[in-house]
Amino acid sequence: MDIFLQQIVNGLTLGSVYAVVALGYTMVYGIIQLINFAHGEVVMIGAMVAFSVITALAGTALPPVLIVFAGILAAVPVCMLLGYAMERIAYRPLRGAPRLAPLITAIGISIILQHVALLIWSRNPLAFPQIIPLASFDVGGAIITGAQIAIILTSVLMMGGLTLMVYRTKLGIAMRATSQNPQVAGLMGIDIDRIIAFTFIVGAALGAVAGVMVGTYYGIAHYSMGSLLGLKAFSAAVLGGIGNLAGAMLGGILLGIVEALAAGYIGDLTNNVFGSNYQDVFAFLVLIAVLVFRPSGLLGERVGDRA
Amino acid sequence: MSPLLALARLEVAYGGIKAVKGIDLDVSKGELVCLIGANGAGKTTTLKAIAGLLPVAAEAIRYDGAPIGGTRAFELVRRGLALVPEGRGVFGQLTVAENLAMGAYARGNAAAVKQDLARAFDLFPRLAERRGQSAGTLSGGEQQMLAIGRALMSRPKLLLLDEPSMGLAPLMVQKIFETILAVAKEGVTILLVEQNARLALEVSCRGYVMETGLITLSGPARELLVDPKVRAAYLGEAD
Repeated sequence: MDIFLQQIVNGLTLGSVYAVVALGYTMVYGIIQLINFAHGEVVMIGAMVAFSVITALAGTALPPVLIVFAGILAAVPVCMLLGYAMERIAYRPLRGAPRLAPLITAIGISIILQHVALLIWSRNPLAFPQIIPLASFDVGGAIITGAQIAIILTSVLMMGGLTLMVYRTKLGIAMRATSQNPQVAGLMGIDIDRIIAFTFIVGAALGAVAGVMVGTYYGIAHYSMGSLLGLKAFSAAVLGGIGNLAGAMLGGILLGIVEALAAGYIGDLTNNVFGSNYQDVFAFLVLIAVLVFRPSGLLGERVGDRA
Repeated sequence: MSPLLALARLEVAYGGIKAVKGIDLDVSKGELVCLIGANGAGKTTTLKAIAGLLPVAAEAIRYDGAPIGGTRAFELVRRGLALVPEGRGVFGQLTVAENLAMGAYARGNAAAVKQDLARAFDLFPRLAERRGQSAGTLSGGEQQMLAIGRALMSRPKLLLLDEPSMGLAPLMVQKIFETILAVAKEGVTILLVEQNARLALEVSCRGYVMETGLITLSGPARELLVDPKVRAAYLGEAD
């Protein structure tokens, strides 16, 4: 088995999940310059809702693909509603407040959501029922599983769909207009409150799907799973240039590959002093390196602080 | 007949400082009226208040027979009131065509929008040539054309223009003013704010002169052009 190719496959899988989550961060940042630290918790809620639905349906005769699909179908609207409520109740009243206020609110929301999840789903790690057959394919020495293919394909489809929406539809153009100049967007007849709410909802929907993907991939969901995943996806968004859609996608994929390769080789390179359990460190090493050497990210523009 | 736009003792405060201190102004259907005055007189603030960008008392502004003070901008656009903001406010990262499409954002009738797009390109052939280009790459004059064309895409009944000549070369200023006259001839009511008082008065029916938040003079543009006070203060001519 070729470890390099294998880790690329694993990295692509993980990276496409990061990319989809990073889009949620970057879209919201692009439109209201808020880092929505509660976005990771939206992903977690998505995984939790899917867990409940999939567990409930696991005993039935439905085909596994349909069961997972039902999980997604349940998680997406719940998360969309959550995203909308979050914006409406927590962030909208703070629009125009100093930037620190909504940022701290976001951290607060994230803690609240974690504890709500803890109350509903308990503090134990929840194991998804093993319903997905472990079909796998050999591609030039690397093993790629059916789940990995599904995750990569779903992510690519969602990213493509989002890009089309943002660049080809009137609503998407209005989103970009609002992110560039909300006051003038208002003068065009654009209800920017609706555009902002819509941005949260779309980001949350993507997050929900990512939550289901990551939950079924690792087979586990936990009330605190959103914080690390969220931080990594946020790092990916910063790596690509926060506020930039293509940047979030690129950053997510790169981060996934860096992590996977690092996990695959670190043991050999350090004579097993460090093992693959140090995998999580690399996302943040990348984040620090970006902040030091290229704070605007790979595709981000150099912008001065907004007055 | 009641005027299309009527300001009654309009006051606007900016963070505790009163920028507009109770002004009366009206614009009838089909008129081109200008509001002139020095920098900081409160002209832009007045336009912003009318367009719904600043909070004011509802009754202070009546448009089309209804009080609109404090109504938000995006709703007013849908009712036919469009502002071309100072500094043009084009979306620099959107293409020219996308900017124009945003002007028609609230309109549903795709066929009519398409027709108006063709008309905007007729009015400004330069924009047609550059329709696929980012608006940020246009010259100042072209951006002003785009800003006006974009506002026309909403089919306004009342068009508010804030300093359309600002920062433009004389030839371009002339071209922009020709366009303003052409738009007025089509029946669009216009309230024009300008620092270039002579040019503004030459194209307008009536004019208002604003000084430190108050209207100090008003009347037919022709009379203001020969008024000694206006000549001394705004047209750069000594008696």
